[in-house]
Amino acid sequence: MDWGAILENTIRGLIGERFIVFALAAIGLNLHFGYTGLLNFGQAVFMAAGAYGLAITVVTIGPRLNDPDGLDLGLSTTTLFWLGVFVAVVVFPLIMALIMGIPTLRLRADYLAIVTIAAAEIFRLIARSPRFDWLTGSSDGLSGFSKTFYDMSPFDPGGRYLFDLFIGNQMFLVLVGWVVLALSAFTCWLIIRSPWGRVLKAIREDEDAARSLGKNAYWYKMQALMLGGIFGAIGGMLRAIGFSLAQPDNFITDVTFFVWVALILGGAGKIMGPLIGAAILYGILDFTDIFLRQGVANGNIPESIMTGTQVGQVRFMLMGLGLVLLAAFRPQGIIGNKEEMALDDR
Amino acid sequence: MTADDMDVPGVPDAGPEAADPEPVAVPLAEALREVDHEAARAALADVPWEPGAKKPDPILVADHVVRRFGGLTAVDADHVEVQRGVITALIGPNGAGKTTLFNLLTNFDKPDSGTRVFDGHNIDDVPAHKIANYGMVRTFQLTKALSKMTVIENMKLGATGQRGEKLWRSILPFTWKAQERDIEARADALLERFKMSHMRDEFAGTLSGGQRKLLEMARALMVEPTMVMLDEPMAGVNPALTQSLLGHVTGLSEQGMTVLFVEHDMDMVQEISDWVIVMAEGRIIAEGPPASIGENQAVVDAYLGSHHDSALDLDTEL
Repeated sequence: MDWGAILENTIRGLIGERFIVFALAAIGLNLHFGYTGLLNFGQAVFMAAGAYGLAITVVTIGPRLNDPDGLDLGLSTTTLFWLGVFVAVVVFPLIMALIMGIPTLRLRADYLAIVTIAAAEIFRLIARSPRFDWLTGSSDGLSGFSKTFYDMSPFDPGGRYLFDLFIGNQMFLVLVGWVVLALSAFTCWLIIRSPWGRVLKAIREDEDAARSLGKNAYWYKMQALMLGGIFGAIGGMLRAIGFSLAQPDNFITDVTFFVWVALILGGAGKIMGPLIGAAILYGILDFTDIFLRQGVANGNIPESIMTGTQVGQVRFMLMGLGLVLLAAFRPQGIIGNKEEMALDDR
Repeated sequence: MTADDMDVPGVPDAGPEAADPEPVAVPLAEALREVDHEAARAALADVPWEPGAKKPDPILVADHVVRRFGGLTAVDADHVEVQRGVITALIGPNGAGKTTLFNLLTNFDKPDSGTRVFDGHNIDDVPAHKIANYGMVRTFQLTKALSKMTVIENMKLGATGQRGEKLWRSILPFTWKAQERDIEARADALLERFKMSHMRDEFAGTLSGGQRKLLEMARALMVEPTMVMLDEPMAGVNPALTQSLLGHVTGLSEQGMTVLFVEHDMDMVQEISDWVIVMAEGRIIAEGPPASIGENQAVVDAYLGSHHDSALDLDTEL
């Protein structure tokens, strides 16, 4: 067993790129579900909106804006990149939130669940469809939008950083990701302790009570959906930058459920819940992955139990088992408060 | 019986400031200072004891309010007026449409037809959450304490016009901190008055049924309402708390608030209400002071059936 490699992989899972992406998406979902009680089963659509917001602006729309026979705006690549970031983080998620929220937020919570899960798939299938190849690059997706980002990197692309954990570009992405994540968690902390956050919690507990006290529950839910969507979009955008690719199948329904797992694992309705949940989720997945792989390679795990190609599936089975145990023995999540959770039953 | 109930209506009283026995001063809405509870009660003396009677100073008027659920007409109220500054009870047998009417009056439900006017504003097209800004606040039959919020958070939620409830301000605490302190002081004063200060930082979900009713009422007062609508304030309250709750309800009225409550408990109705509206099968069948209701034939018939005191006569039954 190469314990050094195991440790390295596990730490990369705990603090690496996927942790950042899923923690950000889970912060958004925490605003939706943990604080407002919105059942959003389509967080992947906000992540996709972030990825495609950037990619479409830079790769598809940008050249058309600069077309000498058309608008001929002559925007530089850097300008296009930052415009793309704005579209990814603000415009697209707000549009998605309005599309999903307007018809459903007046209704019972389950309608939002149905619409969000459907919207996420509709978005993905449209992005995949050959008909929109000119816009979204269909199933191949779009690439060529992350150069501006990595050009800003102070790290040597060939070098290895932080105890050789990350190579140059990865290090830059992870560093930016941590800063964004810290700012997001801090913002979330600020707004949740404000009167605005208090109204959200009241809506989660009982919408009619909030309404009887003069709070426009519909509008607050919409705001929460938008804001949580923005955090999801930031996560999705970083995911696309990390892959240097915005591809529809990076935003399948499973992605939404990983976000849910991260949130529930950490503890919904707690500021640090999404961060801890995402870190542990990917820490465990990466640990079991390399641990089992090495076990198979060394012959410690016989072929009759599993082969190297089955490791990927087995670690998800173990994760599932872990979730079942969590639900049975610690339903409030790792940092949740059991007494608080039990108040539901009264 | 509280001391106030023994006052003879119409006798000149010392005035509103003497009528406030509360030890902790809670600032009242501007509109309340002008309402003289005793005068408002006295004015009811001339109101005829009939359904839909006109009141001298109505705060809430509903006309031709009809609500149907499929083929069932749950409420069909021709005309209802609620006198400002008094306690009005809305009673009736099970299924009479009390809570439905109540929801219609507070705009938590839309009538199929009819108009409702509150304090000079037509509220037909006003969303439920805006009603609170007009000064009307309601409670619920199934108490809605916000379980996973503390008692003080519950209270602070009730304040209207909070600057920090705007999303963009929420990340700038200095823009709302001062107001938040005022709100917290007001909430603490109200908790003191409702004798709940010791539970200030407990989760509301840990309170007993009666304490939740108290909390809901106190929270409603954070809105600084001119009219308080209580849906079965005594339902599920243990008898030890009943007197205290009754005292608080009469206290609201002494401060000039108008109270309308739905209730099953006739003792409570007799004890604290100044005027009673009786519903049966969706209609208003009687109105009058509480003492008059027991003798009203329509009310007796509605509660007990019209033949309850005659021998069963097979011919007329068929």
